[in-house]
Amino acid sequence: MSETRAWALALLGMVLVTYGLRLSFLVFGHGMAFPPWLERALRYVPAAVLTALIVPMALAPQGEIDVTLHNAYLPGALCAAGVALATRHTLAAIAGGFAVYGLWRWCLG
Amino acid sequence: MQAAFQGRALLAGARDTLPMLLGAAPFGVIFGALAVGSGLPVWLALGMSALVFGGSSQFVAVSLLGSGTAVPVIWLTTFVVNLRHALYSASLLPHAHGLPARWRWALAFWLTDETFAVVENRLRHAAHVHDGASYWLGSSLAMYGNWLVWTVVGVVLGQSVPALATWGLDFAMVATFAAIVALQLRDRPVLWAALVAGTVALLARALPYKMGLMLAALAGVAAGLLAEHGAARRAAPASPETPP
Repeated sequence: MSETRAWALALLGMVLVTYGLRLSFLVFGHGMAFPPWLERALRYVPAAVLTALIVPMALAPQGEIDVTLHNAYLPGALCAAGVALATRHTLAAIAGGFAVYGLWRWCLG
Repeated sequence: MQAAFQGRALLAGARDTLPMLLGAAPFGVIFGALAVGSGLPVWLALGMSALVFGGSSQFVAVSLLGSGTAVPVIWLTTFVVNLRHALYSASLLPHAHGLPARWRWALAFWLTDETFAVVENRLRHAAHVHDGASYWLGSSLAMYGNWLVWTVVGVVLGQSVPALATWGLDFAMVATFAAIVALQLRDRPVLWAALVAGTVALLARALPYKMGLMLAALAGVAAGLLAEHGAARRAAPASPETPP
């Protein structure tokens, strides 16, 4: 399968899945009820998915677990999280994380 | 709720969404730059923003596509990440009584976290809203236009500064997600969800088809539910049956 075709297929599926979920109740939902257990479970989806994405990137950027000084992702990510907790500002956190990441690579990379 | 264009309500919906527009702008830019920076074509970046219109799922898809993940895995991940939109759809259904089908189809397409928050808030506080549909549409169109504009800015930025990719656009994703997650960790069960999901993802990172991601997400959600259950039992030891 060519790369372009895979990309187009991925996009098409994403559109159908997302629009389908948004249409579900508003258009087809008469007499349906959203299960309460699923509603509670959904509260944990963003934190679980996002953490699952970034932890391997930050701790094992090359595939092997790397907690040496050569891994700039880890201090950068920790700094971003720390600034977010301290300031409650996402943008400040991203900027702070980038600053630490860049400096780290410049000094030790 | 009546379905007629009411200009004032349309503008009011857009105006009440303004803080959300400012919040979404940097993510639109980062998404656009990240997508072209990780080698995806411009049409795909713009297509996602125009047709999927769901920020978190777009970020996740860029990360997965950039690492050559199989297409069905991307669909499944999109389903999990965007499942909450079905909840919004259900919550707004009572307010959509009397709306013709074409309004429902249109408003459903633009349903996002932000528009849900704004519209739900307004409809909950005003008992008899006669112009709710126009208000809802105004919020939707403002979010949509905003997201498209900032995606284009990001795409142009990513194209004109190709060095962005080499000095760590993938780190932009790590920093963005780390910041978003950190802000949710005050809640103890969410902390457990993140800890377990992160650990499982690290241990299962070598599994094929990025199955480690799904496994980690499921484990994290289960951990969150368990922690919530435990907290509820500790909070109310006298009553054996805690109502849901």
